Amino acid sequence: MTLTASTDAAALASGAPPTPPGRRAAARGRRVRPGQPWWFLLPALAVLTTFFLVPTIYNLVYAFTDWSSFKTAINPVGFDNFHSLLSSGVLLADLRTTVIYALLVALFQNVFGLLLALLLEADTSLNRFARVMFFVPVIMSALAVGYVFQALLKPTGVVNSILGALAGHPVRYAWLADTRWTLLYVALIHAWKWMGLAMLIYLAGLKTIDQDALEAARIDGATTWQTFWQIRFPLLAPAMTFNVATALLGSMNSFDIVQATTGGGPAQTTEILNIFIYRTFGQGLFAQATTMSLVLLVVIAVMAFPTIWLLRRREQVL
Amino acid sequence: MSGASRGWRRLVHPVVVVGLLLFALGVPLWLVVVTSGKSRGDALSPSLALPRHGWHFGANYSKVFTDGRVWSAFVGSVSIVVPSVVLLLLFGAMAAWVFARRRGFAVSMLYAVAISGIVLPPAVITLVLLLRQLGLAGTLTGMVLVYTGIYMSTAIFFITGFIRTIPPQLEEAARVDGAGPVRIFFTIVVPLLRPVLATATILICLYIWNDVFYAFFVIGGRKDTLPLNLFQVASAGLYLNNWHLIFAYVVLMSVPLLVAFAVAQRRIISGITGGAVK
Repeated sequence: MTLTASTDAAALASGAPPTPPGRRAAARGRRVRPGQPWWFLLPALAVLTTFFLVPTIYNLVYAFTDWSSFKTAINPVGFDNFHSLLSSGVLLADLRTTVIYALLVALFQNVFGLLLALLLEADTSLNRFARVMFFVPVIMSALAVGYVFQALLKPTGVVNSILGALAGHPVRYAWLADTRWTLLYVALIHAWKWMGLAMLIYLAGLKTIDQDALEAARIDGATTWQTFWQIRFPLLAPAMTFNVATALLGSMNSFDIVQATTGGGPAQTTEILNIFIYRTFGQGLFAQATTMSLVLLVVIAVMAFPTIWLLRRREQVL
Repeated sequence: MSGASRGWRRLVHPVVVVGLLLFALGVPLWLVVVTSGKSRGDALSPSLALPRHGWHFGANYSKVFTDGRVWSAFVGSVSIVVPSVVLLLLFGAMAAWVFARRRGFAVSMLYAVAISGIVLPPAVITLVLLLRQLGLAGTLTGMVLVYTGIYMSTAIFFITGFIRTIPPQLEEAARVDGAGPVRIFFTIVVPLLRPVLATATILICLYIWNDVFYAFFVIGGRKDTLPLNLFQVASAGLYLNNWHLIFAYVVLMSVPLLVAFAVAQRRIISGITGGAVK
């Protein structure tokens, strides 16, 4: 029984259906040696350990030193780096920016993706063409996307001329130099780039929904609005788990789009943690950059695990 | 079906879709293409208008091809992406086979560690330190191993999930017939993994081909890749307002992936959606 429970939990955790019972019976019946040798794990674990886990452990150590390009010796300094980043206010400011950015991206990317999926759900040739086209930004380099929007959003740019034509008077709004709202606009650009991926995943989710259930609801007199919220939306839970989790994690660790649109400005109001890390590394302040890298690691871990757990639970309840 | 809903489908819906396509995609993409063909004077303030001083596609593209070292950057990008993908798929599939088929506490623990990289961000600064100690800083080998380390968790996660859905009878039959694990893996398991390997390849190529952040730290200033050189061209170009050159480079660097996408569009789309939602 315990074996069954753990197997199913593992299968659920990976999103795969449980293993068919035949295999377990066969393994128990014959008592042969497992057919997958341990050494098959070695190459993957060796690369993962050397180039992922060891740097992470280094990170824990070097965040507490005065490592920089100006000195040859590296000495432990305790919590000095954290103190200086906290007292200058940059740590909390950048952390706040990063979290707000990630939440905005997760929100917009999912709203855009879901709306596109619903709009393009029917299998017409126009819809198929539109789906392919909306995937083009996903393929483009994020850096390139950032430059395109920097041009679009210039005070004399295309967006302002379109708005000006609509309003009937010239518009000269500096979209990327607004200390209050630029973060929002950059998050919208990020969501624009990735909405095609969210759309595809929602489309796949919509395809798995049983057509008979929808038909039954329709016969019972449910409106399109009711069938969506009562039947289709809850069944999109797995797609939403994937989309929210990837959008949150992806944008927490974002760099390119912000760098190419604002470079962290105006007045550092869009400076997310990776921009800080890039900037301070360039200045030779390695310990400060490492400290911020550790902060990013901790924050992502703190945010990610509850998010995934909550979303998974929502799936299992349904 | 009611009359209103039919009217929506026939008339309003195509108008909405075409309008959205023009507005949300047409405007940015047209801006890139038209600006990349303008003279410097016409491109100073990028607009959707046609050029006033004629087309300059040839001049702009050839200038940026030389200044941005596009050929060298293309070769650099390919020689990083291809080995990374091969290592990720091979090592990832080998490990995933063990994780998917064997049971027990040790396997679960190792699996948790192996997929932690999906969630946790790489410690990029100390990664550079480690590469210096290993003598791999600024080398293509170092870059390949870094990407392999960063995306190994993603590869293992996707492939393990897929193997769990394949019944193991075939492998067991082969084992009873006396085939060794290496032979079983390469002749039976790997061919069955084609769909998930395709999905993983697409996602990993997208990430690595377009990455500039990790490339900055590991090989920035020493090796050429397409995004790194775009950053150089753009940093100089923004200062001088050379939008025509920036967008010419954007077009040049987007072409390889767009061509690949156009050729394999159906497979890519079904590959991605197949892997994410089961």
